[in-house]
Amino acid sequence: MQSVTKAYRPISWPMKGSGGDTGSWRTHRPVVDHQICNKCQFCWVYCPEAVIDRNEITIDYTYCKGCGVCAVECPTGAITMVKEDE
Amino acid sequence: MATSIKKLPDIEQVLSGNGACGGCPATMALRIVGKALGPNAIMLLTPSCSVASMGMTPKLGYNWPCINITFASAGSSASGITHAVEIMKEKDRLQGELPTVFSWVGDGGTYDIGFQALSAAAERNDNMIHFCYNNEAYSNTGVQRSGATPRGTFTTTTPTGKRQPKKNMPLLMLEHNIPYVATATVAYPGDLYDKVVKAKNIQGMKYIEILAPCYLGWQFDMPETVQMSRMAVRSGAWLLWEAENGKINFNNPSSQIISGKKEAEPVDEYVMKQGRFNRLLKGPDAAQRIAEIQGDIDREIAFMRERAKITI
Repeated sequence: MQSVTKAYRPISWPMKGSGGDTGSWRTHRPVVDHQICNKCQFCWVYCPEAVIDRNEITIDYTYCKGCGVCAVECPTGAITMVKEDE
Repeated sequence: MATSIKKLPDIEQVLSGNGACGGCPATMALRIVGKALGPNAIMLLTPSCSVASMGMTPKLGYNWPCINITFASAGSSASGITHAVEIMKEKDRLQGELPTVFSWVGDGGTYDIGFQALSAAAERNDNMIHFCYNNEAYSNTGVQRSGATPRGTFTTTTPTGKRQPKKNMPLLMLEHNIPYVATATVAYPGDLYDKVVKAKNIQGMKYIEILAPCYLGWQFDMPETVQMSRMAVRSGAWLLWEAENGKINFNNPSSQIISGKKEAEPVDEYVMKQGRFNRLLKGPDAAQRIAEIQGDIDREIAFMRERAKITI
């Protein structure tokens, strides 16, 4: 019997994007207003997807699913949900 | 005082772009757990949403060695791995610190199907952490009732509302006389982080239950996951406590409700925001149904208040 090579073993490796480019699931995109943002990092801690950078408060739109938790939890209202263009 | 958000470590064990729904409370909680446990851990998953969230082979959404096990075996599999790891260490086949063995299981795998194996593992006091992320239904298979579903809830198997109250699983685990039991929720990440760090440094069986409001199962708007979790704590529907060696300590804000410094908010707002309750509250018996839900919560608060007084 032919031995199973490493590529065909049913083993997965930790990698980003295991569910595909999940940014395509989004209907609304979160946009940060850096003028108002006070860098409290609430959005970073509550983001279920780990797409927000805690220091710069920038969002990785490749994987952001657009759930809007960051916009609701933002105490200063610096994050708004903007509808994605078709 | 719980650890402030700015002091949480940078490490990310849940990777972006996994298969979970947007606004999933399970990955939200798992991120915080990952920050507390660090990379040196072994994760066991019974069939649940978190297995579906892992993504597609050959990619994996969690940065740990993960093992998918059968539904009923969370306790026994984790026990076996704990013993294996300890023996490997004894025989010098394992370098460095012992990895933390933890199971990440939903409420079905803890309250109902996995209870026997979990109870046995707790009785043996094996060195592992059992996490139950409790979304109060079998959400992965389309929201069926479970032992954690509260009274008056719509699920696909209780279309007119569940008639029985939920069981108090953290208390059941406490009565196994294990060294550490805690409850937490996603709205208080500092509190959750502290509890996981504490559990990591204790020898023996640890049980941590995390309330995870699932927006699909509970039928509220997707961005309100954290709001709903906070509302559950403020209304007393979920109590935050930890018990080291059988002595219960309540954490803020539940401690204020228990000590009577602050009244628990009436359950009405919490209930009316969730479709699983409010779709059954349109008939003439609505007031009676809300009174039943409130009654269960009041009983639980009164019971836990008295239970905490037993410190022997």
